[in-house]
Amino acid sequence: MTTAEAPPANPVGFGRMTRKEDARFVRGKGTYVDDVVLPGMLHGAVLRSNLAHARIVSMDTSAAEAHPKVKAVITGKTLEGLKLAWMPSLSHDVVPVLATDKVRYQGQEVAFVVAEDRYSARDALELIEVDYEPLPPVMDAREALSPGSAVIRDDIEGKADNHIFDWEAGDRSATDQVFERAEVVVTQDMLYPRVHPAPMETCGAVAHMDKVSGKLTIWCTTQAPHAHRTLYALVAGLPEHKIRVISPDIGGGFGNKVGIYPGYVLAVVGSILTGAPVKWTEDRSENLMSTSFARDYHMHGEIASTRDGRITGLRVKVLADHGAFNNTAQPSKFPAGFFHVFTGSYDLEAAHCEVTGVYTNKAPGGVAYACSFRVTEAVYLVERMVDCLADELGMDPAELRLKNLLRPEQFPYMSKTGWEYDSGDYPRALRLAMDIAGYEQLRAEQERRRRAPAPQGAPAPLMGIGVSFFTETVGAGPRKHMDILGLGMADGAEVRVHPTGKAVVRLSVQTQGQGHETTFAQIVAEQLGIPPEDIEVVHGDTDNTPFGLGTYGSRSTPVSGAAVAVAARRVRDKARLIASAMLEVDPDDLEWEKGRWFVRGNPTSARTIQEIALAAHGPLELPEGVEGHLDAQCVYDPPNLTYPYGAYICVVDVDPGTGVVKVRRFVAVDDCGPRINPMIVEGQVHGGLADGLGMALMQVIAFDTDGNCLGGSFMDYLLPTSMECPSWELGETVTPSPHHPLGCKGVGESATVGSPAAVVNAVMDAIGVRHADMPLTPAQVWRAMQGRPLRTDLALA
Amino acid sequence: MQVPAPVEYERARSVEDALALLERRGPEARLLAGGHSLLPMMKLRLARPQVLIDVNELSDLAYIRVEGGDLRIGAMARHRDLLESPVAWEHFPIMREAETVIADPLVRNRGTVGGSLCQADPNEDLSAVFAALKAQAVIRSTSESRVVSMDQFHQGPYTTAVGPAEMLVELRVPIRPGSGSAYEKVERRVGDWPVGAAGAFLRLDAGRVAEAGIGLAAVGAEHFRVPAAEESLVGEEPVEEAFTEAGRLAAEGCHPVTDQRGPADYKRHLAYELTRRALRRAAARARGEGDQPCR
Amino acid sequence: MQVTMTVNGEQVTRDVEPRLLLVHFLRDDLGLTGTHWGCDTSNCGVCAVWMDGEPVKSCTVLAAMASGHEIRTVEGLEREGQLDPVQEGFIQEHGLQCGFCTPGMMMTARYLLDRNPHPTDEEIREAISGQICRCTGYENIVRAVRWAARHAAAGQAREEVSAP
Repeated sequence: MTTAEAPPANPVGFGRMTRKEDARFVRGKGTYVDDVVLPGMLHGAVLRSNLAHARIVSMDTSAAEAHPKVKAVITGKTLEGLKLAWMPSLSHDVVPVLATDKVRYQGQEVAFVVAEDRYSARDALELIEVDYEPLPPVMDAREALSPGSAVIRDDIEGKADNHIFDWEAGDRSATDQVFERAEVVVTQDMLYPRVHPAPMETCGAVAHMDKVSGKLTIWCTTQAPHAHRTLYALVAGLPEHKIRVISPDIGGGFGNKVGIYPGYVLAVVGSILTGAPVKWTEDRSENLMSTSFARDYHMHGEIASTRDGRITGLRVKVLADHGAFNNTAQPSKFPAGFFHVFTGSYDLEAAHCEVTGVYTNKAPGGVAYACSFRVTEAVYLVERMVDCLADELGMDPAELRLKNLLRPEQFPYMSKTGWEYDSGDYPRALRLAMDIAGYEQLRAEQERRRRAPAPQGAPAPLMGIGVSFFTETVGAGPRKHMDILGLGMADGAEVRVHPTGKAVVRLSVQTQGQGHETTFAQIVAEQLGIPPEDIEVVHGDTDNTPFGLGTYGSRSTPVSGAAVAVAARRVRDKARLIASAMLEVDPDDLEWEKGRWFVRGNPTSARTIQEIALAAHGPLELPEGVEGHLDAQCVYDPPNLTYPYGAYICVVDVDPGTGVVKVRRFVAVDDCGPRINPMIVEGQVHGGLADGLGMALMQVIAFDTDGNCLGGSFMDYLLPTSMECPSWELGETVTPSPHHPLGCKGVGESATVGSPAAVVNAVMDAIGVRHADMPLTPAQVWRAMQGRPLRTDLALA
Repeated sequence: MQVPAPVEYERARSVEDALALLERRGPEARLLAGGHSLLPMMKLRLARPQVLIDVNELSDLAYIRVEGGDLRIGAMARHRDLLESPVAWEHFPIMREAETVIADPLVRNRGTVGGSLCQADPNEDLSAVFAALKAQAVIRSTSESRVVSMDQFHQGPYTTAVGPAEMLVELRVPIRPGSGSAYEKVERRVGDWPVGAAGAFLRLDAGRVAEAGIGLAAVGAEHFRVPAAEESLVGEEPVEEAFTEAGRLAAEGCHPVTDQRGPADYKRHLAYELTRRALRRAAARARGEGDQPCR
Repeated sequence: MQVTMTVNGEQVTRDVEPRLLLVHFLRDDLGLTGTHWGCDTSNCGVCAVWMDGEPVKSCTVLAAMASGHEIRTVEGLEREGQLDPVQEGFIQEHGLQCGFCTPGMMMTARYLLDRNPHPTDEEIREAISGQICRCTGYENIVRAVRWAARHAAAGQAREEVSAP
């Protein structure tokens, strides 16, 4: 095999290596849920409501049932008979599997058809007649609590309004005092609009109820197979050991695949009723209109400072639009997730936030899109407020940040809203980003351009520079504080070394593209010295992996990675005892060097991990109390969250005649602690930056006042292409987390969290406007320049 | 995913074959060219033809050539053919400029010029281009061939002069020496329909505008044109004041509607701004300045 | 109706409904599940395959329209057990994460390099601009195509994949 540049050998441990999973993906041999084909498999399709709020008067399914290829038509009434019409939400509410009484958002599930093929299933949907009595839809979150507003959740006994919760954090009176004596107070309303993560693969499931064994197997697009299994057991009353959830290759998740959707349950019910496997795969409109959205936070921010730019306080009121059902996936204690990390990266005297959740006639969710449990909203708020303050004070936004960032010696830092930030050197990260960007030169160029005489013809572009700094809060979380529906947020891992020294590691988390099959092999390799190619990573199958809550909120490396590291170290410790028996020395006389235990002072007297593995399975007389074989497990309960952070700088050019924004450059410096596989970390950052750019410039799920979703297809819901994305410029600093076994902090969502504010700050800097809500479409930018920015959550009037 | 309702399929081997099939299968038959307008509509079940007549075999309609003083474009020329056509670029750079911003490379490999025009979407870039160029459309039936102006061709949103048993076969654009053209589009993202777009064609004679065409997409201009804006230019010197006045008239003469791409006032502004920009560049080309087609 | 076409060099004939989309024909009738679909509106491009040597969106072509034509899918990229340089480039430069858009991206990349062996970054970005990736932010896809361009240009034999 000749080659120009031979690929470098894989590191035995941390370092850049190509991904083990790619061999199948580049050949088109991945197995996604829709690729699963079982003998006799039927196909399901969901009939959805075209109205946002209406009472179901009657439904006629007879024509659909008469379709020659239809095997079953399931309605809310069918499910009521099975006591399956409603299921628990992830936030102590209930969600209908199929509507029984009313439909409460456009796209809500109304009926399910099971047919011999997917085309016939679709045809039969058109044969179902539903008679609706339209009700006034509640589409404006700001009006949801008005006395005259229609009551959406009349299914809840005694419910007379659309209120879900009030929640607060921080010290109200201390904050009020800070504001009373503040020299400068800046106030700004802002909306983080509803967006959708839109992974390229939509959601789907193949359910197979084996009537003989009584075992239900579900291939499903889930980021949390174990949590799903437990919930199926609770929802359907099926014994948990008779449920197997398989999450095969997943075509992107971004939080969209955390929840349990009615379609999954319907595939299960379809299989139970027909006795055949049933596949359900949603189309793109179903995905965008009915599955987990993100954000929809209406925020009123106030920031207090001294005249010379010392930030003293932050006060926020949030109206949180949760849609028709409260189905976010926040830890039970925190109905607004971790929004109260909104003090961001700054050292201030006091802070307070209040969040009110409301029902509207929109799809439920709120978990999705690199959610970080509402950290995205929090970071956007504080980073916009800091820029508004800089504008008020006439200060450079980078300088204002440098003046207020937490200092390295303040860590571990207890924030004013109760978070213990683990470690960081914030000013270093921001200075590095400024160096990479050439911040001073950029400001000089901007000044030069502003002074240049106007050209003939089309106007010269307006240059803008935007800075953001973020602190993430990930790796949820300590089980005594955090649970989802009573399931503590711990994760299990098992490491087993085979007799020949190869290993298998079993994970509770599930990759949707993050490269777990490579990264987790590298974690074990680092601990045991076994080459990563000799380590098989098993995940995504509840029958073959230990329990855990799954992959979301950037928790795989912080929680499951720690579990794997600890389990591997336990294997190493056991290997030491076995090596001591092999070498007939005291274990305390052995020292570890990656891949082998050797006798202190006599490095040639050693046993490799492979030799030890064979001995562990052989006739060797083992020390007292040591069982044979070489394996270990761990259930990792994180002692604290991890706090990755970063500094981002965005440079834009805005066409003042049209409002078109071009992102010229984007610099991202991330600190996520040590990087297990830098290539994968950079890839995670790249993707998050594109996400953030998309949200800042084009993505929004808006509605009209009649309740129609205006982002129901990729023609209307725009995702960034290769043409809008610049070539990302990355940098890194490394500040290990003191409490994580590897020092790793997680990185999956960092860039999504940090980047939108940088883009918006850059555009505002370019056009000299204090604030306009995302997405900054050409129309929005132009209107902002006219002093008439648009409201982006509701249809333009 | 969304799938079309049941439909029959016929494949035409020639224009005559296609026309005979149209006649035989009646008004519920639809010609299927690139399919990038029709098939998505069928998946949404907004279009439910009984029979599709596939005309993709009619490669003899895929030409782009100069004939009789016209640039003649066969209805089955793909977007990509027009994008890459040296002869189209030489005479009408507006065509390449518009094609560069129509959909994406894969769609352009399949979508056809004729199909786009027959869809008559009010946001269609090519409709604005051919309106600006005062092109003519050749429509055939089994019995006759007729030539109509673009104003006659476009009868309204999604409506054209092409009857149920007829087929658009060719676009003709008169080649006019001393002319220049350009296209300007604002889109929310690459590949999106325009928020607003303007194409301009100018022929200069002795330093003055002898002929002017302005085509507007997505801003509610009747037949994709605002005649008053065009007329304001004729006889004028091609200077900034004239372009600004034409832009003002273009904005005044269009009827944009507010939607998710933008509010009406913004679209009206785009009609003004993009008309000026397109005119400016078209005039430079007519004068032999600026970004010139390679000859 | 009966359709006959050449798929990755092999002639196939099947009875299908006239409305059957090519993407479903490939996936469901032929079991070539490397070609995916991601939208209903011809916007996302994860369904890209070659038809008569040009990349097209197979969700917007009927199987009937492809009858008599030549189709190439991701399964036809590897030749005689050797990965195409594009496939190798996607591995080497981390041009994929979830892998869902990858087959379509690679088909377009191969087409681009066949016509333009030394594309600029701008040309690579333009070529894939009708295809959405949610994971990579496109940066490493561009690098992957560049990698493939470099290696094909060097006239080197194609490498065996390094991962197992």
